[in-house]
Parts: sequence; C-alpha cells; structure tokens
Amino acid sequence: MSVYQVQKLLFHVNRDRQVRARFLAEREALVGEYGLTEAERRAVMEPDFHALYRMGVHSLLLAPLAASLGLSFPDYLAILRGSKR
Amino acid sequence: MSLVGVFAASHAPGMTSRPSLPPPEQSGPVFDAYAELRRRLEAVRPDVLVVLSPEHWSNFFLDHMPSFCIGVADEYWGPTDEEFVKIPMHRVGGDARLARALAAGVAEEVDLSSSQELALDHGVMVPLHLLRTDLPVIPIIVNCLAGFPAPLHRCHALGVALRRTVDRWPERVALLGTGGLSHWPAMPEAGRIGVDFDQRFLEAFLGGRIETFLRYPRERLEAEAGPGGHEIRTWIAVAGVAGDGQGTLLAYQPVPAWSTGCAVAALEPR
Repeated sequence: MSVYQVQKLLFHVNRDRQVRARFLAEREALVGEYGLTEAERRAVMEPDFHALYRMGVHSLLLAPLAASLGLSFPDYLAILRGSKR
Repeated sequence: MSLVGVFAASHAPGMTSRPSLPPPEQSGPVFDAYAELRRRLEAVRPDVLVVLSPEHWSNFFLDHMPSFCIGVADEYWGPTDEEFVKIPMHRVGGDARLARALAAGVAEEVDLSSSQELALDHGVMVPLHLLRTDLPVIPIIVNCLAGFPAPLHRCHALGVALRRTVDRWPERVALLGTGGLSHWPAMPEAGRIGVDFDQRFLEAFLGGRIETFLRYPRERLEAEAGPGGHEIRTWIAVAGVAGDGQGTLLAYQPVPAWSTGCAVAALEPR
C-alpha cells in the first residue's frame, strides 16, 4: 500500500505550478518518481478519479486536480459517484 | 481594548467558482451576509485582520501536519487552488511585526508552529475576495483535515490565548474564523448538509454556550456534520477569542450546490 505516495504526488501537483506543468507535459516521468504500484500508476496517469477515491485518496486532493484539468465540478462528482466515466 | 471585531463565516470554493449554480434564494442571503460583514469590518477600522482558516492540503502534508500554524511574513500568495476557486493568484499583504508578537504571546499558553511562507488557499482567499478587503492579514492555519487535529477544547484555548495577547496591544485587531459548518467536501456525498447539527451548533455559538461542544465526540461530529464538520475548530477558536460572548447570525443557509451549510456571524466580545 503506497496510497501515501499517490497523495504526496497529488499534493505536489496541486500546490506547485511547476510540478503541475510537469504533470501536464511529462506525466509519465513525474509519476515514475513516486514509487507507485501498477494500479496506482494507471489510476494517476488517466487520471481515474473514481479509482483514486476508492483507493483512499482524500477528496480535497482530487477536486483541485480535476479543476486544473478543466473538469467541471458536477462532472467530477458524477465520476466519483460512478455515474459517469 | 484593541479587539474591535470578531466574525465567523463559512467558505466554499463554489462561492467564487460557481456563484450562479445555487438558486438565488439560497445564494442571495449568503452573499448579502458577506456584504453586511464587509460593512461591519469597515466600520470598526481595523489595522490588521487575523484569519483562522482550515488546512486543505495547501501547506502541509502527512509528513508534517501541525495543529496550528501562524504566518509571520509581510506578504503571502494565494489562492494556491486558483483553478478550483476561479480567483487569479495574487499577493496578499501581511504584517510580520504584529504576527511575530501574536505568535510569541500565544506561545505562552498554546503550542503553535510558524511559517514565513504560508500559502493561502480558498479558506482565506474566498472570504477576502467577498469582503473586498486589502487589510494586512495574519493567517493562522488550523488542522481540521488529517492526522491528529487538535481536540476541540484546545482550539478554544487557542482563541483564549489570542485574545489575551491582542488585549495588550494598541493596534485595532479584527478576527475572522472561516470554515464549516457541515459539509462532505468534494466527496460522493457532496450536497448533503447536516442542518440539525448546524442549527444546534449555531445556537450554542451565538448564545455564548460553546462549552457544550468542546467535548463533542469525533465520530458523532463526522456522522452529523461530515468530515468538513471538523472545520468548526475555527469557529470554536473564534468563540474563545470573544470570551464566549453572544452573537448575531447574519445568515444560515444550506447550499447543496456549494456542498456547504453556509453561516455568517458576528460575536460581541466580552
């Protein structure tokens, strides 16, 4: 279980503009630096908010990321609830 | 006495990013109450505004999560979550001299950490935006989020220590606590609001009887007010600052589209 590392990655992406730019431009390299399991890596790469929430990532790490990626809040919630992909 | 105003208000990213999403009969009273708060704040002519706000993963992570952290800089930047709140990141003036004096005074009674580069997120920036104030700010971040948040009665002790320190100053100090009330923030349950909890809490807060909430069981708080209910810590600190004085409710409105039981209030210090 390294959900701690997933959360740490999202913490850095959300609070630091430079890390956020790397998440957009070179996601694979950035994500590779955090020692995630294969399932975690796939969920972050997509990113699959439903899967991330279910593996225990805090919602206030997910919502700002969704907003940064241009996802509307109602769409974000629908994904979390499993009613939209 | 240099404490000139004691206020508390809910914040929500949606207040600035989705202002028109709730029906006007829900959002209207909240925006009106913020406008009234702004009038009251201007009327007391403060030199500085102390803002108690919850941590939202903008400064601290699970590698180090302080219970209380005071900003001791002359400037801050926010919001860190600018896309989430739709406010462009900008500079907010601080007052390092007063902040250091406040930190030193509080430390006589309550342990707190300090930071010279505190980041401000929606918890501070949404209220400042709605209050349209450019007062110098002293931010105090309260862990309501993760790890081991200070028990509720310790948040009251923080407020009491703030008051004792500020009372010795010639400067005019206003204080705002932001957060709460009940909410399930950005979770599948978002939109659910614990109206019964909120009303009971407000009754105690406004009636000078916050002591009835200082030992509220954690599990019960989460069940009735959601994980976001932990943010009543800032309100409890505000009550401590006001000497458990009574208050005026400027608005209470459940706003599901903002995922928050929204309250705005002013306390009479005693």
